[in-house]
Amino acid sequence: MSRIQPSTVLRYAALTVGAAIMITPFLYMVSTSFKPQAFVLSNPPQFIPNPATLDNYVQALTTQNFGLYFLNSLIVAAVSTALSVLFSSMMAYAFARFAFPGKEIIFRVLLIGLVVPAMMLIIPQFILAKQLHLLDSLAGLVVFYVAGSLALNTFLMRGFFESIPAELDQAMQVDGANAWTRYWRLAVPLAKPAIATVTIFTFLACWDEFAWSLTIINDPLKRTLPVAIQLFQGQHSTQWGLVFAASLIAVIPVIIVFLVFQRYFVQGLTSGAVKG
Amino acid sequence: MSLLTDSTPAGSASLPAGVPTPARRRMSQARLRSLATPYLFIAPGVILFAVAILYPIAQAVQISLFDWKIIASATSDFLGIANYVRAFQDDQFWLSLANSGIYMLFTVPPQIILGLVIASLLKRKSPAQPVFRVLFYLPVVTSWVVVSLLFKYLFADAGLLNFTLGDILHLTNGDTSWLANRWTALIAICALGIWKGIGWSMMIFLAALQGVPQALEEAATMDGANRWQRFRAVTVPAIWPALLFVTVMLVIGGFNVFTSVLLMTNGGPGGQTEVVLTYMYQQAFTFLDFGYGSALAVILAVIVFVLSVVQLRVFRDRSGQDLA
Repeated sequence: MSRIQPSTVLRYAALTVGAAIMITPFLYMVSTSFKPQAFVLSNPPQFIPNPATLDNYVQALTTQNFGLYFLNSLIVAAVSTALSVLFSSMMAYAFARFAFPGKEIIFRVLLIGLVVPAMMLIIPQFILAKQLHLLDSLAGLVVFYVAGSLALNTFLMRGFFESIPAELDQAMQVDGANAWTRYWRLAVPLAKPAIATVTIFTFLACWDEFAWSLTIINDPLKRTLPVAIQLFQGQHSTQWGLVFAASLIAVIPVIIVFLVFQRYFVQGLTSGAVKG
Repeated sequence: MSLLTDSTPAGSASLPAGVPTPARRRMSQARLRSLATPYLFIAPGVILFAVAILYPIAQAVQISLFDWKIIASATSDFLGIANYVRAFQDDQFWLSLANSGIYMLFTVPPQIILGLVIASLLKRKSPAQPVFRVLFYLPVVTSWVVVSLLFKYLFADAGLLNFTLGDILHLTNGDTSWLANRWTALIAICALGIWKGIGWSMMIFLAALQGVPQALEEAATMDGANRWQRFRAVTVPAIWPALLFVTVMLVIGGFNVFTSVLLMTNGGPGGQTEVVLTYMYQQAFTFLDFGYGSALAVILAVIVFVLSVVQLRVFRDRSGQDLA
């Protein structure tokens, strides 16, 4: 029998305390979502709701177009992600496989997109969206979400495409495959892990995006989830149970995606950083 | 592999060798097409990027020089650098810049240190590793809106934190009005920033630590290096690129704080917790002063850019020394 070292015990003790601190707010949020309004800020606080109620969930789901907001978020995130992954994988393929005049400079300009935070462009983008009649429309969200995610996605996927042996490309070229075929039938299938990674990251970023949606959407029927949740808070004296029931409905898909595709998260985070 | 044997119809770009001379014109056409190929691949992305990112960058600077009117019929007056001068004389701007700076200073080091510590503790593969990894990473994938509201609730007057500090730990009277005072509100906002960010830096350090050469570490141990010496001489140089990446990204992110402040305090009380981006947002979308808002955004962008360049320089010099 192997002896358990004291340092191992200490290590796990420290990790457990840390993890408990990280997770307590979530557990408390779940607990509050089952509390009646009278008990959300009671003293002492309740960890196990008593009486427990499903009213908050019922109210969140049945009133105020919550289903519609969920659908809006889903449509915007799905369309943005599909377009972003298509455009940026095409760019990444060109940067990884072709030599062409202007390549270096275009790639460098693209990198500007990595360092300019989205919030700093919100004013000129708002004015642009107004000129293009994209205000107050889901299309306005999609266009700017795609544009905002191009730089990072291209950067991540270029690295992956470069790691695919060029011989495969050349072999296909000898067989007479044109560039599009080589991209679509060879590079994309081989780059599945990288594409999965950027797909997940882009989808979550769009699903969670708040500031731009808050700024350009006025029509209550076009709201996305983050804006709607934020408004739950303001409408009455904050109904925390309702706010967190709505929050959890929005967060649970994210957590499921994260748990299922964990390894792609790790890949995506590290391919950008560690090799750098 | 079926991918390779699956030969597709010959594309126009590749004519067989030994083409007869009459085909020369077709040949040059084909060459033209193959020259155009890369541009066709990048065109959709580059055009969208130019329109929706590059053009707004240029426009941000332009707008900041005007008293910009959003209504089409109104004329915008050229102001020159007046908006910038105004910013430098605006106490509220300096306060918000200070708050952004404080947020950056008090969230970046804890995220790096705690992220690195947790990653070191988790480095060894074990059945528990993935579980801990998920628990620490959970706040990262949760939306800013949700966690901001959650922390507002935890830091409420009758909230969980006051109860914990007052009735369980007896550190305070348990009646702190966290969000009603500048400094305590900043503590709450910083606490959220750290809590939400630790998982991200942990994940990157964790991957970087897997890349530390085992042999080097063993050699250092054989030479009698203690834990701290091994960390300094072997681990730090090996994870240097990750350290640089995390630091630069966190500093940028720190100055980018917006949603948490907007939702937790909305800049209050009396503008005391305003950060640059919430102040900018208010100027632009509450007061419709787009020119001034743009000037603030440009100033912040310049600060962030300069800080990033400085960090890259410092890190590059230091890494040269350490590796030498």
